[in-house]
Amino acid sequence: MERINVSLKKFKRPNQNLRYSVSANHQALRKAIQSHSSHLNNFCMQLSKTRSHQGDKESIAHPQRRQFLQKLSLGAGLLTTIGIASCSKDKDSSPSMGVSLGSGDFAVLNYAYALEQLEAAFYTQVVATPYSGISTGELKLLTDIRDHEIGHREFFKAALATAAIPTLTIDFSKIDFTKRDVVLKTAQTFEDLGVAAYNGAGNFIADEKYLALAGKIVSVEARHAAYLRDLVTPGSFSSGSDIVDANGINLSMTPAAVFAAAGAYIKTQIDTNTLPK
Amino acid sequence: MDFLNILQQIEKVDPEVYDKLDTRRDAMKRFTNISGKIALAAIPLALGSMFNKAYAISSSADVYSTLNFALTLEYLEAEFYTKGVAVAGLIPGEDAAAFNTIKGHEVAHVEFLKSALLGAGATPVAKPTFDFTAGGTFADVFTKYDTFLALSQAFEDTGVRAYKGQAGVLLKQGAVLTAALGIHAVEARHAAHVRMVRSKRLNDPALKPWITQNTSFIPVAAAAAVYAGEDNGVQATVNIATTAKISSDAATEAFDEPLSRMEVEAIAKLFIKA
Repeated sequence: MERINVSLKKFKRPNQNLRYSVSANHQALRKAIQSHSSHLNNFCMQLSKTRSHQGDKESIAHPQRRQFLQKLSLGAGLLTTIGIASCSKDKDSSPSMGVSLGSGDFAVLNYAYALEQLEAAFYTQVVATPYSGISTGELKLLTDIRDHEIGHREFFKAALATAAIPTLTIDFSKIDFTKRDVVLKTAQTFEDLGVAAYNGAGNFIADEKYLALAGKIVSVEARHAAYLRDLVTPGSFSSGSDIVDANGINLSMTPAAVFAAAGAYIKTQIDTNTLPK
Repeated sequence: MDFLNILQQIEKVDPEVYDKLDTRRDAMKRFTNISGKIALAAIPLALGSMFNKAYAISSSADVYSTLNFALTLEYLEAEFYTKGVAVAGLIPGEDAAAFNTIKGHEVAHVEFLKSALLGAGATPVAKPTFDFTAGGTFADVFTKYDTFLALSQAFEDTGVRAYKGQAGVLLKQGAVLTAALGIHAVEARHAAHVRMVRSKRLNDPALKPWITQNTSFIPVAAAAAVYAGEDNGVQATVNIATTAKISSDAATEAFDEPLSRMEVEAIAKLFIKA
């Protein structure tokens, strides 16, 4: 806890010169605190993760924290103060739940980054060891998809900078990359999963710019999905109760459901608890 | 802990907290009152508007306006496919099922958006009168399959860009945003399929399920507006090609670009008589 207190003092410093007007309406503010409790939890989570990091200590942790605090709609003053008050409830001995996705919008972007890492790794393997009987056209378009996913992955890595999660350990040992039906069916699953994941995460995003970026990517994932579905079963590009509901609307999935499905291939443990709910 | 200090800081960083809470409480009350009366399809919209003011984002009027804008595009697509599918001999047998699927989705989107608007107490716009020849530019739209396909591709890609462009208006609108994203993805699936049908018919492998640079593969001047700006290679200051070490083509394919409402309306206007 000692290091946490030190860094929190650093946070408080910029606010010390500010003057606050006093309000008599304590009850409304108490409600405000309650309504912001999820932000508080995220903040505490991030603190505990930062605490458990080894080797990156204050020099990296501090600017990173400041960066995501700036992104939160609330702002540093509130979070810092409540953080001191309530993080003491944290148990220092709580076991690690894996790589933290961070907080707020950064958690959502890291969630997307994790999925893009998975997809990019998959298509890199597909193109490196093409399945038997692959046509020129299929190899060309699967190479396109590989490059798109690498583009997405590297975009998130660059955009998240110090807030980015590390490179995940991916395990495709159960996939037989020599078989066309296995590869295409797996690809279809990943793409449909990606579309549902982005759609399910959209409403978590608080910053319009990030929502716009997610929108730019998700429709490309949907294009991939449609192409692959047509390869597996011609004409299935947007039909099937597994992907589209009776209103003609693509299904969405919660992060928990997405990780449950993708978990078989991601060996790195990821803590999804900090995702906005 | 210093409770007074916390209160002061909350007010400092969030001076509108009272307004937000009051609005949220009112919205909750309104929602409880109306929820028994509205149709099931309307619930997503009611849920969405409940959080509207709490996040101080779009007004209900803005959201309804966006949904009516989307409804107009869905009317256009639904009527286009309903007419096309009904013309004997226009769509080859092997493609008939796919276009029935697409038609079904567009008709469902119309019904969904109308129900959502009605359920929220808003008025859905009336269906315009369409001219799919665009004043004669596409005179053979329902007699020549390739023309029908070209327009289909343009409508689907425009639809994708139109929904994308409205995401900001629907920020934090709950189920409304999720539904719009869900329609957006289905339009992209349609677009990918239609593009591949065209690619095979034109025997042009450069026409792919995704959009390369700002190419349309439609030899009509008006098509340029549908793909304008799709050649953007920089996302949030990140140059995708150089950062990811991929080709410029792949970098533009990897990110679909939005169109503003005005840009979409200028495209749609070509097909609206009244």
